[in-house]
Amino acid sequence: MGIEVVVEGLTKSFGKQNIWQDVSLTLPAGEVSVMLGPSGTGKTVFLKSIIGLLKPEQGRVLINGVDMVNSSERDIMETRKLFGLMFQDGALFGSMSLFDNIAFPLREHTRKKESEIRRIVMERIDIVGLLGAEGKLPGEISGGMRKRAGLARALVLDPQIILCDEPDSGLDPVRTAYLSQLLIDLNAQIDATMLIVTHNLDIAATVPDNMGMLFCRNLVTFGPREVLLTSDTPVVSQFLAGRREGPIGMSEEKDAATLAAEQLADTAPPRTGPRTVVPQLEPSPGMPVRQGALRRRERVMSMMGQLPEAARTAILNSYAPAAGGARA
Amino acid sequence: MTAPMPVRPPEPPEKPPPPTGPGATAPAAPEQRRPSRLLAPLRETGKLFALAVAVARAIFRRPFQVREFIEQFWFVASVTILPAALVSIPFGAVIALQVGSLTQQLGAQSFTGGASVLAVIQQASPIIVALLISGAAGSAICADLGSRKIREELDAMEVMGVSPIQRLVVPRVLATMLVAVLLNGLISVVGTLGGYFFNVIMQDGTPGAYLASFSALAQLPDLYISEFKALIFGFIAGIVAAYRGLNPRGGPKGVGDAVNQSVVITFMLLFFVNMVLTAIYLQIVPAKGS
Repeated sequence: MGIEVVVEGLTKSFGKQNIWQDVSLTLPAGEVSVMLGPSGTGKTVFLKSIIGLLKPEQGRVLINGVDMVNSSERDIMETRKLFGLMFQDGALFGSMSLFDNIAFPLREHTRKKESEIRRIVMERIDIVGLLGAEGKLPGEISGGMRKRAGLARALVLDPQIILCDEPDSGLDPVRTAYLSQLLIDLNAQIDATMLIVTHNLDIAATVPDNMGMLFCRNLVTFGPREVLLTSDTPVVSQFLAGRREGPIGMSEEKDAATLAAEQLADTAPPRTGPRTVVPQLEPSPGMPVRQGALRRRERVMSMMGQLPEAARTAILNSYAPAAGGARA
Repeated sequence: MTAPMPVRPPEPPEKPPPPTGPGATAPAAPEQRRPSRLLAPLRETGKLFALAVAVARAIFRRPFQVREFIEQFWFVASVTILPAALVSIPFGAVIALQVGSLTQQLGAQSFTGGASVLAVIQQASPIIVALLISGAAGSAICADLGSRKIREELDAMEVMGVSPIQRLVVPRVLATMLVAVLLNGLISVVGTLGGYFFNVIMQDGTPGAYLASFSALAQLPDLYISEFKALIFGFIAGIVAAYRGLNPRGGPKGVGDAVNQSVVITFMLLFFVNMVLTAIYLQIVPAKGS
């Protein structure tokens, strides 16, 4: 079972520039969460802060009682072995072949025999569809392949927490869809806590149990997917619809003058009624039931009272028809 | 995005009005004390020392990266041996000629051997080591680490719970140290032979006087301090190269700058350290016969 990640009051600045402040959220154990946000809102910085690569000035990130911000380097190093992080461009070691890259964590952290390592690595390479390319150097393959190799490397130690930095960038829509399914299947198999940072709306709509959004140096919301998908907050609805009209501008936020001009021009954005919530992806046939989804169901049901009306309806709708089927 | 938008948002954002203009600062950002520019060099020095301490501690942490160490040792040795041998011959010759003509003027010709050998072993040889280790090995190490850093390879390594200091920096620093010590021996021998050759052949010195003055003036601690210097130089060159490589500023050009700086910083440090070590040595080890 995955591990809960608790983020409390996290604030990060680079010099005088504040990236985000007072971010608090909990990634529930074994569930899939997505962090949305326009480009340049510090999503990657958030990911790196969770794993302790960057040190926020304030706040804590608690994993198994270890604070990834302030604990000793030794504890942090130990805790990192629970993680699998998929970097935006793979971050493979340029001097090693794909096979050696993917075998690297095994060789560093385990005393497995080379035949055993070979078996595990080839299995992972098969999962991400890179069979036949294992002898190539990272410089000799395409960006999408590097990305998938990076995922294979992140998976090789059977991590409890998987962090994906923009898994879709550089992948075509079909591969992105496969990748979404792969992530859900993985979650069903190893019940790892997952956090996906992306601005891909397809992934956001179909993969996660929980969603959050970063904008304008703040965490706008974080909660069950239905809350964000049905939200009326201007930032969220603009982002999910991919419209130009709204508080998000070309350079992160619009200035007051532009906003005022928009208000003057006053034509209400075309509302299509409450957005319909696309059903979440299910594990492929033959996969075990996602334990995370079962736990989430109980958790969401117990917090029903605090959720907005639209989200409540969407949740009930999603659980009602197929309640006895694959989901439960 | 300055063009007026045709449609307004459903309601103004609930955030406090965003700052206008590109230069506006974040509202309510935690107040940071502006680091003083005056203290910047001190900060860099402090970080360099912190890395040196971290490396020194990581040397004793298991598991030791034998494979990486051997690879790096071989690499550093292969790029330095030939230039070292080639540089040390003319260097030994220059010193022999210079000292030779000086002692001739002073009428102390019979001591040429001892003087030139001491100069080669104590000064010339560690300095040549310093130049080659920082110029050939240090620059390569710095460029290697720097390009790994900007490609996020080091981050990836750290994320996998592997310390880049232990995995990459320690073997490199140890390799430069060991190569420096061995190289110093090589240069001492080649330089001394070169000096002997030029003194005896070119300046009509006698082999007997050369060897006799050598054993009259030189003593074993001269060799010790020479090797000790080389060891220290190897350590400093490795640390500085690693430090600049681990902290490149901004992209591929930053790596180039880092390599450049690493070589310059190492040179300056090594010459300074050489001066200090020489002064201390001359104070605490009495010259032979005195």
